[in-house]
Amino acid sequence: MIVTTEKLTKRYGDRAVVDEVSLSVRRGEVYGFLGPNGAGKTTTIRMLLGLVKPTSGAARVLGEAPGTPKALLKVGSLIEGPGFYPYLSGRDNLRVHAARRGVRAGEVEAALEQVDLVGAAGERFRRYSLGMKQRLGVAAALLGQPELLILDEPTNGLDPAGMADMRDLVRALAAQGQTVLLSSHLLGEVEEICDRVGVISGGKLVAESTVEQLRGDTVLLIRADPLEKALVLIENSTRHGDVLHVRETDAGALVRTLVAADVDVQEVRPLRRTLEEVFFEMTGAA
Amino acid sequence: MGSVKAELLRLWKWPATWVLIGVWLVMTLTFGYVFNYLALNGGTNTRDMSQQQLISAMQPENVGAAVVRGLPMFGGAIILVLAALAVGSGYGWGTWKTTLTAGPRRVSAMAGTLGALAVVVVLLVALTFAVNLSASIVIASLEGWDWSLPGWGVFEALGASLLIAAMWTGFGVFLGVVTKGPALAVGLGLMWAIVTENLLRGVGSLLGPVESLTEVLPGGSAGNLAGAVGGSGAPGVLNSLSGTTAALFLVGYVVVFVGAATLLKVRRDLV
Ligand SMILES: Nc1ncnc2c1ncn2[C@@H]1O[C@H](COP(=O)(O)OP(=O)(O)O)[C@@H](O)[C@H]1O
Ligand SMILES: [Mg+2]
Repeated sequence: MIVTTEKLTKRYGDRAVVDEVSLSVRRGEVYGFLGPNGAGKTTTIRMLLGLVKPTSGAARVLGEAPGTPKALLKVGSLIEGPGFYPYLSGRDNLRVHAARRGVRAGEVEAALEQVDLVGAAGERFRRYSLGMKQRLGVAAALLGQPELLILDEPTNGLDPAGMADMRDLVRALAAQGQTVLLSSHLLGEVEEICDRVGVISGGKLVAESTVEQLRGDTVLLIRADPLEKALVLIENSTRHGDVLHVRETDAGALVRTLVAADVDVQEVRPLRRTLEEVFFEMTGAA
Repeated sequence: MGSVKAELLRLWKWPATWVLIGVWLVMTLTFGYVFNYLALNGGTNTRDMSQQQLISAMQPENVGAAVVRGLPMFGGAIILVLAALAVGSGYGWGTWKTTLTAGPRRVSAMAGTLGALAVVVVLLVALTFAVNLSASIVIASLEGWDWSLPGWGVFEALGASLLIAAMWTGFGVFLGVVTKGPALAVGLGLMWAIVTENLLRGVGSLLGPVESLTEVLPGGSAGNLAGAVGGSGAPGVLNSLSGTTAALFLVGYVVVFVGAATLLKVRRDLV
């Protein structure tokens, strides 16, 4: 296990912003940490990095206590937007960070290359576009070849092209076996990249599983005529416009029932709920 | 070590560092030499300084006093601004977050900042000395005075200058950490260094206890140390405490400011 937390909790006043979260990130996977804005993602991540002390509960990062040099040196992170000196060039900012991390200055060029910023490395950070700033943040996180990369909403505020760039970057890192904890409030953005996801809402971890498991049971879509009659005939079916949805796997039995009752069956097919729907259901954000 | 190197690198390339040092050097030259030189050569001398006093103040021999007398108030204010900006702006830029997640312990990160600021402040005092010495030699040569280089006593004045500078640095760092930003830190710091202590001194002339207090406040201690090592004729320089007493108070302030700032930095959540 790269990260484990046990009933990790942070209270501000009497409000639990992170509420008994127990999650785990495994070596080599891309873990999607999902939740709507204000769910407690950043606060959880801050606790994993020792920036914020938990009110109760515990966390281990690479077997170490969060925030200790042993843990931090093996983790690269980008939390809620990059923090760099505006008057320094991208390259100088990375040099400063490399010196703090005790990393050879030679790694700076490699990191710049990895995020495709070599051309703009000499420009002041202040002049960077948001996408370039975020990429520089990833470059800084990559210094020192960390075992775990924590990226907190790295696409926040980016235009679609910037988002696609960032996704490609994470995908490329994942392909090299990099363990990544990636937070997002946009499910669509992580569902293709992530191996497993944890869903947090109102400070509580409401699900943790593979993307497949999260998608859950198959639902059948039925188009039939007359629809009203089918609705009555099929238990637990719900109407969605001019079709019915039912949580049922035996399509054959279902069709026989309808036909026997003189209902025309026009279409029966499994309906894969999108993760977006599952997500909205879980987080009550619909 | 890496933390000091990193922090030095970024302070070195920070325009504000050089702007503030430059402003200070121009001020010290202007008030220490240019105006005195003009006064000597036909200005109206309303401060009732005798020609001899003016000449003495500009002699290369007395450069130590020229360096130290500027630091209790205006030089100190500039150093305080530099330290408060260096520490305070890291909150808005998010660079503290980057620093504290880089690897080293928080104590080491803080030591890196303090160490790098110390280097910059030593450089500022050294440059002040070099610029003042050059100016005094130029003037002495122009005027054809009999001049000699300062004796060993200059190290006492430079040591006092460094201690005063260290106190203002610590004050600035403390304000930067407490207020978690540059604006309030600089505002409060300037207010204190230039306004508050002077107002209290004004009240002090009416109320005895307040007067004794002002002698040992940060600016008061700095002024007394500057006075004790020969500084004179600049705002903020005082002559009420012995050099040792003033120096001990300054050491105390450095310890308290730096200690409190470090403790806060280590303990407090960074959000
Ligand atoms: N320092 C703080 N003091 C009080 N409330 C906070 C603080 N930091 C975060 N919060 C609150 O905690 C909740 C979770 O915030 P955050 O972890 O940033 O969520 P997310 O990253 O999922 O958007 C928010 O409602 C936020 O307002
Ligand atoms: Mg967040």
